Amino acid sequence: MMEDLAMHMLEIIMNSIGADARLIRIVITDSILRNLILMEIEDDGRGMTPEFLAKVTDPFTTSRNTRSIGMGLAFMKGLTETCGGSLHIDSTLGVGTKLTASVQRDHIDTPPMGNIGAMMMQCIQSNEDIDYELRYVTDVNEFLFRTADIKEQLEGVSICEPDILLWIRSYINEGIEQAKEEMR
Amino acid sequence: MKSLEDLKKMREAALKRVEMREGEKDYRVVVGMATCGIAAGARPVLNRLVEETAEKSYNCTITQTGCIGMCVYEPIVEVYGKDGEHTTYVHVNPDKAAKILEEHIGKGHIIEEFTVNAAQSKEA
Repeated sequence: MMEDLAMHMLEIIMNSIGADARLIRIVITDSILRNLILMEIEDDGRGMTPEFLAKVTDPFTTSRNTRSIGMGLAFMKGLTETCGGSLHIDSTLGVGTKLTASVQRDHIDTPPMGNIGAMMMQCIQSNEDIDYELRYVTDVNEFLFRTADIKEQLEGVSICEPDILLWIRSYINEGIEQAKEEMR
Repeated sequence: MKSLEDLKKMREAALKRVEMREGEKDYRVVVGMATCGIAAGARPVLNRLVEETAEKSYNCTITQTGCIGMCVYEPIVEVYGKDGEHTTYVHVNPDKAAKILEEHIGKGHIIEEFTVNAAQSKEA
């Protein structure tokens, strides 16, 4: 089912996309020293009322109208509780939402990171007008990816051209590998 | 190592492709990417569709949608033609996805056995 952290994050980012975000910021902190993986996802979407926010991790809460169950946040909450971490959500109506989820890095139930490049490719592909910033922070280094930089180079050509999406996937994965290299 | 400079070349290539095709693609391929789709394996299907389309320059765009309302049939891939007719493929895996592009987009042949109609009549 949700076999890696990238998959959990993809679910959360889909919520941001559904909330009409224009800019989504993702910060992944991967720290051996702090024995921590921290996932922060911040959007400028429509936000939630305090009432909705209070019950948002309940699987029977959803904003969609096709069905009355929403599992994305419930899964993320379960993950953080199982893996010695925590989940926190801040949201302001009309301003946006920030989700912070942490897990213990060496916890036996903590799933692998998964393919972050593929996750970003899928996010970008879902709506090319949304901008993304991804920061992958390790104890020694950091990798930064911004769709705005890519779009500037492309000068009007769609970021969703298949060869460009694939390039982005490997560019991100190479960048992350490099940021992790000096950790070992 | 990749650099942002690579994008310049890819931009030129993309512009050339657009000139050759002169506008709209013939098909739109849509993947259900809600929780139900993702949990059933839509991610690798989407990856494969993008990879095959990049490699073989199929005449289609790949897009995503939310829950189609038939979660038991996920992963679902829908193919829309230019004149609005559409085909729903169900229980798609990466290899079936490649086959759908090859037959349906490449040659215009619908693969009946992968469609929702075939799946439903098997159950009946």
